[in-house]
Amino acid sequence: MKRTALHDEHVRAGARMVPFADFEMPVQYSSILKEHDAVRNRAGLFDLSHMGQFWLRGDRVAEWADTLTINAVATMKPMQARYNIFCNDAGGALDDTIFYRLPDRWLLVVNAANAGKMWDHLNAFAPSSGVALDNQHGRAALVAMQGPRSVAMLQPHVDVDLASMRYYFCTEGNVNGVPAVIARTGYTGEDGFELFVEGERAPELWSALLRDCAAEGLEPCGLGARDVLRLEAGMPLYGHELTEEITPVQAGLNWALKLSKPEFIGRAALAGQRERDDYSRIVGLVMSGRAPAREGYPVMQDGRAVGEVRSGSIAPSVGNKNIGTALVAPEAATPGTTLGVEIRGTTHEAEVVPLPFYKRAQ
Amino acid sequence: MAQPADLLYSKEHEWIKLDGDSATIGITDYAQNALGDIVYVELPKVGATIAQFSNVGVIESVKAVSDLFTPISGEVVEVNAALDNDPAAVNREPYGGGWLLKIRPSDPSETKALLSAADYEKIATD
Repeated sequence: MKRTALHDEHVRAGARMVPFADFEMPVQYSSILKEHDAVRNRAGLFDLSHMGQFWLRGDRVAEWADTLTINAVATMKPMQARYNIFCNDAGGALDDTIFYRLPDRWLLVVNAANAGKMWDHLNAFAPSSGVALDNQHGRAALVAMQGPRSVAMLQPHVDVDLASMRYYFCTEGNVNGVPAVIARTGYTGEDGFELFVEGERAPELWSALLRDCAAEGLEPCGLGARDVLRLEAGMPLYGHELTEEITPVQAGLNWALKLSKPEFIGRAALAGQRERDDYSRIVGLVMSGRAPAREGYPVMQDGRAVGEVRSGSIAPSVGNKNIGTALVAPEAATPGTTLGVEIRGTTHEAEVVPLPFYKRAQ
Repeated sequence: MAQPADLLYSKEHEWIKLDGDSATIGITDYAQNALGDIVYVELPKVGATIAQFSNVGVIESVKAVSDLFTPISGEVVEVNAALDNDPAAVNREPYGGGWLLKIRPSDPSETKALLSAADYEKIATD
């Protein structure tokens, strides 16, 4: 089992460690609901060093990456970040990722569980010149501060102006004297920043932020809270809403699909699927009752199975209701439709709703 | 939290308190802490007959669904309806307001298969 650079910090803080994508990761420090509350109302600090960080260099990176991804890479402005998905020929998702464009290089952040597969994929398609790949997975660290108080808490620790940074942009700077790529990105539905730093410098940065911002309510947060936060915000989690069998079109990510690009892996399959409009798709569900929907539970319509739950949780930011996503047949996917979720042999009522469940006040 | 000495315990981390011809059942402090934030409790119906160590319901935390087992056999005479609106009571007061169900034991001798507080303490360690 691998460990992140912050492993000892987590253990010292009493975090509950669980295996996740070959890493020992903190699932919670105090309580998932308490950590969720910190992120929605103050700020939380996450260790995301298990995610894969690949550096891409060379004058052909953008043009090459555009042939492997569904969203546009070459049109990104310097210092811009953009969500993107790599697909297979059938349109299934190999991984969902974020590209960060720095002045002289690109950072590609991939899911921890897909890092090995994605590294092989990139190398298999790398041209003989113009693209150099550098795998920092397991060495580089990633610390995310997320929550409405992020700007106020982080600003005293950095040498760049955070308030003037735009959402989904990044900059290079120092956090507590530690060189970092500072990005205004995240996976919680709140404002916040992701700090890419060397693994060796991560513990000092982590402990300084927690110490200095504790009075303002910054709390270390685990993967448990992160999953509830992202689900409320309607963000897909690879392996749940997106898989090699569930395409970006099915996941409702058409906004990221740039068919204006002439050619990329999966283009024909995705274009055809979107055109036919006959595919099962990801919808949001709100349960009427108190029983939580869980991954794998059958979804029913008029006594007939029409799909299955892909994610589920109680949602403190959605009136403490039970929410979930499900992959359902097109005729069952219209918002307002009443469906049933089968839980231990009993059908529980659920309503199809548009995603996201939660949107922060601007 | 120390295990109350006047209760009996199961290896599945339930406690039972015998009181004449009635018995109250809940989960231990160790169990509630291991589960984390409890968000839903599904209990058997009043009047149901339940057999020792059988699965009689579920307790769900944010992340997981866990089975609930009864330490002894009997007939369900009451379930803790307050948990419908406040399942977190199981976290706050596992031995008090977070009790789960009351049964009329059918065979009090079954308690011989249960653990004392001291014996339970030995298995309820991290």
